[in-house]
Amino acid sequence: MSAPILELDPILELDNVFTDIAQYHILHEVSLHIPEGGVHVLLGRNGAGKTTTLRTIMGLWQAKQGAIRFRGEDITKQHTSDIARKGIAYVPENMGIFGGLTVEENMRLATLDGSFDQDRLQRIYTLFPALEKFWNSSAWSLSGGQKQMLAIARAMIEKRDLILIDEPTKGLAPAIILNMVEAFREIARETTILLVEQNFLFARSLGQTVAVIDDGRIAHSGTMAELVEDVALQTRLLSLSLDAHQ
Amino acid sequence: MKSLTTLVERLGGINLLPVLLAIIALVLIGSPSTWLTLTIAGLSMGMMIFLMASGLSLVFGLMDVLNFGHSAFISFGAFIAASVLAALAVWVAADSVLLNLLALFAAISAAALFGLVAGWMFERVIIKPVYRDHLRQILITMGALIVAEQIILAIWGGSPVAVPRPNFLSGSLIMGDVTIEIYRLFAFGLGLVTYMALHAVLNRTRVGLLVRAGVENREMVEALGFRIDRLFIGVFAVGSALAAMGGAMWAGYETLITGAIGSEMMIIVFIVIIIGGLGSIEGSLLGALMVGLMGNYVAFLAPKMALASNMILMMAILLWRPYGLRPAVK
Repeated sequence: MSAPILELDPILELDNVFTDIAQYHILHEVSLHIPEGGVHVLLGRNGAGKTTTLRTIMGLWQAKQGAIRFRGEDITKQHTSDIARKGIAYVPENMGIFGGLTVEENMRLATLDGSFDQDRLQRIYTLFPALEKFWNSSAWSLSGGQKQMLAIARAMIEKRDLILIDEPTKGLAPAIILNMVEAFREIARETTILLVEQNFLFARSLGQTVAVIDDGRIAHSGTMAELVEDVALQTRLLSLSLDAHQ
Repeated sequence: MKSLTTLVERLGGINLLPVLLAIIALVLIGSPSTWLTLTIAGLSMGMMIFLMASGLSLVFGLMDVLNFGHSAFISFGAFIAASVLAALAVWVAADSVLLNLLALFAAISAAALFGLVAGWMFERVIIKPVYRDHLRQILITMGALIVAEQIILAIWGGSPVAVPRPNFLSGSLIMGDVTIEIYRLFAFGLGLVTYMALHAVLNRTRVGLLVRAGVENREMVEALGFRIDRLFIGVFAVGSALAAMGGAMWAGYETLITGAIGSEMMIIVFIVIIIGGLGSIEGSLLGALMVGLMGNYVAFLAPKMALASNMILMMAILLWRPYGLRPAVK
């Protein structure tokens, strides 16, 4: 019998992390335990500190206190590029697409040595056929959904241990969101995903564990199944009930 | 109207602006031979300004650094080239094109090498401590410029310095009524070769890909695993070397230089990168050619307006395209 998900060895740990941006205290004593494998969700309303958490993990904003450990190694003070090279990919909320480059150039930048693993590329084409179609087109010309596909494909083109994805469904049409669900399930077969979301239905369909952040503090953490089953908890934490969305 | 727009786009779109400017000038000037002389002068001047501006545009685009000290590299490039040419006076004055070329190559190389090394040191000592702080960048780079000008004054003195031109570049080509200085043709050719080399590096190499991506979103480049600050040192040093090379060429064009050469050119360089759009080599080339042509045409048609013409050009373009003609980030 396999161990409960929360008891698995963590791939990423945040231990009492505080982050300030200018004079504002954004994260307060944030602790997270992300088990290896599967999809793990950080839920919260706008301004709760979700994006700040991901940016602090990536070293884009420095933690003022606390420790961030990746596979047991302290990465709190490391440079963003060094953190990325340890096998952590980041898909920001604005997707971080280089619009002046072609789709192919965007993808090539994400490779370690400038060459493509053809098997991975074929998997990406299968998941996101639009990228093959627009391979030599400028990324400016892609639609919002296609840009999100490109952002995720870029995180998949090399073997990563952990992918941090910030609100991938924001502003996307329902059909594209369904496509994303399939893509994330495929990615999660070989990579751990830490997904930041506001869309609970989307998060519920993918997540194995969930943490809820509110006002820069972790208000709850546990399995997704627990949260889905506990309507009162949902209402208290997220001011919503799954029933209302069904 | 739509078909006209499509046709213009197919023919080159915004890249046709220098051609449009030249056509308007031809109508106003009337004499084709005078027009051709002015056009070649404008194009060569534009190419020299491009050399000085391209590095600054990339530095601004890549790291958002306002470097008013850029003109110090132009000044040093000019004076170093003048000194090397003076030291190699025998080669410069020789009838042998090979010796002339060697002297010129030595002068330009010395200027560029100085720019490369001094640019690297300038970035480490002056720029690095003031990343992401525009006010301090302006103050410290202006201060560095003043210090650099005083060093030039101490080394080369306050009197204008003569710049000998290699013998083979001294004459003119005369074709009917058209007179073209050979030096201007050479400056145009060198600028064109430099542009093509830069274009190839930026578009066909991994380093170039990183620079183009970094101009758009340096944070994302770092999140993909690359040290943008290390890339920036290289771009800064190469940009400084190009400025020094442009200064060397400009010295040969002026033939008499003073310590104010860099400051004088800096206004034009800033106009060029603003017109062209920050962070774009293509934009810098387009802006430099527009400024070079405009300066020559207006100096002929309305000499009193020569100084104001480029400012007017910049204002007109910014009203039309607030981010310049070819900005790297749309």
